[in-house]
Amino acid sequence: MEYSKKVMEHFAEPHNVGEIPDANGIGEIGNAKCGDIMKMFLKIENDIIVDVKFKTYGCASAIATSSIATDMIKGQPISEALKLTNKAVVEALDGLPAVKIHCSVLAEQAIKAALADYYRRQGIDPEPIVGKIEEHDHDACHI
Amino acid sequence: MRFVYADNGATTPVSKKVVEAIIPYMTEHYGNPSSLYEIGQTAHRAVEKARQQVAAALNADANEIYFTSGGSEADNWAIRGAALLGAKKGKKHIITSKIEHHAVLHTLDKLEKEGFTVTYLDVYDNGIVKAEDVEKAITDETCLVTIMFANNEIGTIQPIEEIGAICRSKGVLFHTDAVQAVGHVKVDVKQQNIDMLSLSGHKFHATKGIGALYCKKGIRLPNLIEGGAQEKGRRAGTENVPGIVGLGVAITDMCENLEENAKKVAALRDRLFEGASKITHSRINGDREKRLPGNFSMCFEGVEGESLLLMLDFKGVCASSGSACTSGSLDPSHVLLAIGLKHEVAHGSLRLSLSEYNTDEDVDHILEVLPPIIERLRSMSPLWDHIMEQEKEIN
Repeated sequence: MEYSKKVMEHFAEPHNVGEIPDANGIGEIGNAKCGDIMKMFLKIENDIIVDVKFKTYGCASAIATSSIATDMIKGQPISEALKLTNKAVVEALDGLPAVKIHCSVLAEQAIKAALADYYRRQGIDPEPIVGKIEEHDHDACHI
Repeated sequence: MRFVYADNGATTPVSKKVVEAIIPYMTEHYGNPSSLYEIGQTAHRAVEKARQQVAAALNADANEIYFTSGGSEADNWAIRGAALLGAKKGKKHIITSKIEHHAVLHTLDKLEKEGFTVTYLDVYDNGIVKAEDVEKAITDETCLVTIMFANNEIGTIQPIEEIGAICRSKGVLFHTDAVQAVGHVKVDVKQQNIDMLSLSGHKFHATKGIGALYCKKGIRLPNLIEGGAQEKGRRAGTENVPGIVGLGVAITDMCENLEENAKKVAALRDRLFEGASKITHSRINGDREKRLPGNFSMCFEGVEGESLLLMLDFKGVCASSGSACTSGSLDPSHVLLAIGLKHEVAHGSLRLSLSEYNTDEDVDHILEVLPPIIERLRSMSPLWDHIMEQEKEIN
């Protein structure tokens, strides 16, 4: 198993690490048993993601996918962030080893979970907009 | 940047002595040991000399040593062979431990599918099998007990002599996978009542692709590999002459310096334990005393093993881990789970395995780079935040 140069760059010096104290959308996905947890913090103003930060517990590809996914949605309107697919994340990283594809799914799901939280805080049912966010149990460790 | 090789449990650098000894067997004495002309016979004599060297290191007779492609082949051969011998007498029960190498566990998996029953003994939280559990598990159906000499991940040394004595008194064959032990701790097949033993050259400065099976005289182990008449007709295939020569040189060298090396390596390892134990929310895996001199295994909560290894690699340190991501499976290492660790703790495991080539400066370097890496990974870990929150709630 070998990581692309891009993955190693984002792992060694990840972008957007940390928390946003006044975030208005926070999502967490994954579990400790599986060995990866991603937490996304969004600051949304006028439907634009003006800031995004993440915290991730997991392997190099989990950290790299978090880093690049946050880059990809920063400054974007919510509508664009909702279109982000795990495939796009994988492509942006110049590929991931097959066994690590689930990390890119986690990144997509973590962003959706944070957006769902944003809508929920405003009393809006997120499911019609964001879709269903899958529960991540141990059997689904490697999606 | 300093380069520190601390993954000797995975493989070791080939010693200069071995390199020098084997080159002539590739350039000059390249003959096939089965050939009658001189360069063939020179190779043949070298193979027989190495056989004696291996035998001497184990306190065995030369005709009880069979060269193999490595530890995995020796394990497969011993276990499958003993199972076949057992089945002939209607005995289809095998006893092993939960922390064996996959070469043993996967062979046993196959045998279970072929109708054998296997008892997997507990290793408790110290990672050591209790000899009395072996005794209790033996039935009239038992044809083999296979328990590793020392564990590859957590380094724990098993009560081989006691287990061997029990097996002998009950008339059950006893095999031990001693891949991690040979050359590092005292192995004596007579004193330790061992019937069959697997070893691998590259774990003690010989080359990869060479190993041996010790099989006590009188055990008519069926062949695993059929073909020519090499190894007295019991293991076919043209001998890996350079590998065999190197194995003989390396095992002799290791046994001559065994105590001195063990003392040196254990002192380095103990400094690592002492230094790394200062990191909060860490634990040592496996018995602190009954372990291989060079084995360090710890878990650091809130971090994941693969990330830890890659960051250590950035700092020039080669290490390994039992996290799911590094084991290539869904779960973290079966060994860490067998000693009762939770998945989330086992994911944060780090194994450093030292050899006598390591120095105090190597240890200094590891202890300098490790704590900031753990801190950095924890600072970006939501799991670490959860652990801290839970503690706050408790207090």
